[in-house]
Amino acid sequence: MDFSYTVLIPLIPLALFVILGIFSKKIPPSISGWMGSIGLGASFVLSLYTAYHYFLNGKLNGVYQTFTYKSTWLIFTDKLHIDMGVLIDPISVMMLVVVSTVSLMVHLYSRGYMKGDDGFTRFFAYLALFSFSMFGLVLATNLFQIYIFWELVGASSFLLIGYYYTKPSAVAAAKKAFIVTRFADLGFLIGILVVSYYSGTLDFGELNSLQGSIITGWASTTFMGLSVFTWGLMLIYLGGVGKSAMLPFHIWLPDAMEGPTPVSALIHAATMVVAGVYLVARLFPLFYFVEDGFALNMVAYIGALSSLIAAIIALTQTDIKRILAFSTMSQIGYMMLALGVSKYEGHEGLGYMASMFHLFTHAMFKALLFLGAGSVIHAVHSNYMKDMGSLRKYMPITHITFLIAALSIAGFPGFAGFFSKDEILVAAYENNMLIYISSVTVAFLTAFYIFRLYFAVFWGEDKKYEHTPHESPLSMTIPLIFLAILSFAGGYIPFSEYVTADKMSFTSHLNLPLAAIASSVGIFGIILAFVFYKKVSDLPDRFAKAFGVFYKWTYHKFYFDEIYQFVTKKILFGIVASGAAWFDKNIVDASMIGIGNKTMSISHKIKGMQSGKFQDYAMAFVGGGVILAMVVFYIWIN
Amino acid sequence: MIEGISIYEILTLSSILFFIGIYGFFTRGNLITVLLSIELILNASAVNFAVINTYLYPDFLQGAVFSIFIIALAAAETALAIAIVINLYKLVYSVEVKDTETMKY
Repeated sequence: MDFSYTVLIPLIPLALFVILGIFSKKIPPSISGWMGSIGLGASFVLSLYTAYHYFLNGKLNGVYQTFTYKSTWLIFTDKLHIDMGVLIDPISVMMLVVVSTVSLMVHLYSRGYMKGDDGFTRFFAYLALFSFSMFGLVLATNLFQIYIFWELVGASSFLLIGYYYTKPSAVAAAKKAFIVTRFADLGFLIGILVVSYYSGTLDFGELNSLQGSIITGWASTTFMGLSVFTWGLMLIYLGGVGKSAMLPFHIWLPDAMEGPTPVSALIHAATMVVAGVYLVARLFPLFYFVEDGFALNMVAYIGALSSLIAAIIALTQTDIKRILAFSTMSQIGYMMLALGVSKYEGHEGLGYMASMFHLFTHAMFKALLFLGAGSVIHAVHSNYMKDMGSLRKYMPITHITFLIAALSIAGFPGFAGFFSKDEILVAAYENNMLIYISSVTVAFLTAFYIFRLYFAVFWGEDKKYEHTPHESPLSMTIPLIFLAILSFAGGYIPFSEYVTADKMSFTSHLNLPLAAIASSVGIFGIILAFVFYKKVSDLPDRFAKAFGVFYKWTYHKFYFDEIYQFVTKKILFGIVASGAAWFDKNIVDASMIGIGNKTMSISHKIKGMQSGKFQDYAMAFVGGGVILAMVVFYIWIN
Repeated sequence: MIEGISIYEILTLSSILFFIGIYGFFTRGNLITVLLSIELILNASAVNFAVINTYLYPDFLQGAVFSIFIIALAAAETALAIAIVINLYKLVYSVEVKDTETMKY
């Protein structure tokens, strides 16, 4: 079977980026909007066709085959070479579907949302660049290629967050996102170097192979008690921590909400932030087998901690996009912990399957939540919950689709989120009780904060709006409806037939007791939010006062930003770097300035040669002639 | 040929005249005096020609003839120089060298 046409999937957005980028001033907005949408529509159709073809026909002896098409790009020695290519494998095909669906919906939505904006074509060019980078990341065949596209995705994110470049807060947020993820990527790079040095290969096929040099020989070289491969994998995971906004590198995600809402939906909800999860899933055999899953434990605990902390912070935020940002961090924590508790064979690999399933459903409902929030923000011209209320009367389609997404994320039975979250909880229950308890708590908190948002925005009291909010145009509501259908129906896809750790299908059954616990916890959260927020009351404020200083800490996001600023400004810049700064200012700069000043003083002295007095010129002439004569005479004599 | 004086003394004389002329050219503050110094230089070289002709090649005439050439040349060159000085005077109303120093840094 030939899947080489999949190389077109990233190339169409790349061509779009080049054309829209070069001719951004000359292409009118209506044309660039359609160009972007049609191009992504083509990638969408190709992805669906690939998925249909692969999942129905791709098995050989019950195992899904991996197809790679690559060409050698840079050759350093005969062992060290960097290839570029496409890798077709259950998770990459699934990610193709996810990325192309959400990207297409965001393109269609942006045609309505960004209407009237000056940089409309530039926006679509950047969206195309992002889509190209994400497709390339998903289809990468080796560690270096994934690193290249990883950085490209980070650059696109920078461009898109800083889209409103005249706003200082947007520019600061873009810089923060890029610098934090770049810092994490330093770990990623060192990890790549360590793993590739000791294993001799960068290719995913060779790294992951069960008979390969790593899985059979990881114990050979050790450093400080742990295998070098464990260190390498932990460093690679650091890159994932940065990109997926896990603790401690999560600080960029709330600020990234400065970008336009379609950007938040595409990048910071559905696609880029799951790149870290995808990386761990891609290297899952390594994570599982090396040092009996030491690195995988780290993945699980960081994921669980991030999901808990993010859910707590989301309870107190007032900006709707920030609530959704922390919700994203929490759900990605779920995906990481599901991978972390997973094992490998058949039904034991439930965590892996659950993580990928949740990635799929989360992309749908989180993108829907963000696009719905964008619709609300577009109508009310404010991001804050205090400026919104009773919007169900004015925006029925947005209301219903938002409700569907909220029910899905809360895990209400029947919706997609219920199925995927339930699988994660089962995997946690079977493997790590502490993480299970934390996850159930997070499920409760998720239901509570998302319905807090829902009731405060769509119910509550009717605020004084300057002009009555109206429903968004069709270009914005059609993507909402499509994603709502997927947020409901996506749960019925039998994921365990298609995406598993060892690439063989297994049937998963609904574990009724655990499902009952999960749903009841979710429904309890919904009821609590109903009591607190449906009508305006002072119950939330009384609760906040009762929690006192804990409320204050949570409202300020546990002061992570302030702590990091303190460490960098006072400790790193003030103490550690002061020597180098002194050297730079007083020696390097001084010598450059000194050279300049010396040149000026020499020139000051020499300029007297052009005195304007012809007698001086004559003296120079005669003097030169005499010296020349003396030299000639001296040579003539000898 | 002058009795009792060797060539060296007269050559020294012409060199001294030459260098006085050069010194005057570099140092004098009036344009006409600079021209005077140029005359001195030219005449010193004419003396040189005449002396070498008389003392070393007494049967030939070329040296003396060339001296006359030099006199004519000096006259022509001085005429040219005076023309320049007159044109300059029309601009700066002075024959001092200090008033011609405008083309400087």
